[in-house]
Amino acid sequence: MSASPQPRMVEVRARILKENDLLARQLRERYERAGVTVISFVSSPGSGKTAFLESLMARLSADWRIAALVGDLATENDAARLRRSCSQVKQIVTGTVCHLDAKMVGAALDEWKLDELDLLLIENVGNLVCPSSYDLGEAMRVVLLSVTEGEDKPLKYPTIFNTADVALLTKMDLAEAVEFDRAAALTNIQSVRPGMRVLEVSTKTGQGMDAVVALVAEQIRAVRREPQPA
Amino acid sequence: MHELSIALSMIEEIEEQAEKHGGVVEAVYVRIGVLSGIDAQALRFAYELACEGTPLAGSRLEIESVGLLVFCSGCARTHTPDPQHILCPRCLTPEQEILEGRELEVRALELTA
Repeated sequence: MSASPQPRMVEVRARILKENDLLARQLRERYERAGVTVISFVSSPGSGKTAFLESLMARLSADWRIAALVGDLATENDAARLRRSCSQVKQIVTGTVCHLDAKMVGAALDEWKLDELDLLLIENVGNLVCPSSYDLGEAMRVVLLSVTEGEDKPLKYPTIFNTADVALLTKMDLAEAVEFDRAAALTNIQSVRPGMRVLEVSTKTGQGMDAVVALVAEQIRAVRREPQPA
Repeated sequence: MHELSIALSMIEEIEEQAEKHGGVVEAVYVRIGVLSGIDAQALRFAYELACEGTPLAGSRLEIESVGLLVFCSGCARTHTPDPQHILCPRCLTPEQEILEGRELEVRALELTA
């Protein structure tokens, strides 16, 4: 028997998600070439993503060509709901996978002509942890926090808030009933993601929806290199 | 929990590197940032599970946790906050650039011929 060989160290320095990051970069280039604005939405289950998207699409569909991708572990229910306000909707059923990744998004987009779209909305699987690691090539990531969830969610899930560009406080019509501490929620968001833009909305009363529509339209015009209204 | 997905991506990378350099993988050194969204314990569990029945079975996983290093534009210096308090405590400026803490990488492999 020979003596056991001496182990050697090899420097690798490889990003674990490099394949996803590469696919996301290709997607981003594809979106840019097509001139389509891509916005993704992340939140815990039940924060009102689908209701919010229904309301948003209903307000945008007269002016822009919109499509939506919806990720869920099971069922096509959310896609069926969104089809009421937009014809191009595709459900990605992830099975046991708790997040969307760039490969799933790329595959779902294959049959669509992106250059015939102005806006693509991606609703991620309801989950405040896993989606944070996966770049989908989106131009903007929006995190939703409903007033019924508690003001400390940002402190409990700093990563997802930190990777988002905009935060939405949803179900504002219930704020008073659940004694939502708005100041604490805003402080906590700024604490984990300093400078993040926060919009307060209610799909029920329509509160704040005009501001969201303006923000999205601004983004679409910027991508299409159109002048912004004065 | 997406640590199993992460472990599978990791194993793909390790196998590729092991083939390139030759040898049996004894240990894997990874760096996990506090803002990577990965839980070290869950990753360890997922890694062991995903290695079963592969040449990587029995390899050691050495996890280095990487804390936050943030550059504050207001103070023009770096600080090392916890992920819950990234806002600079001195000047409160929102312009904070995260320099370290998002790592999710295989740093090195320990191989025997």
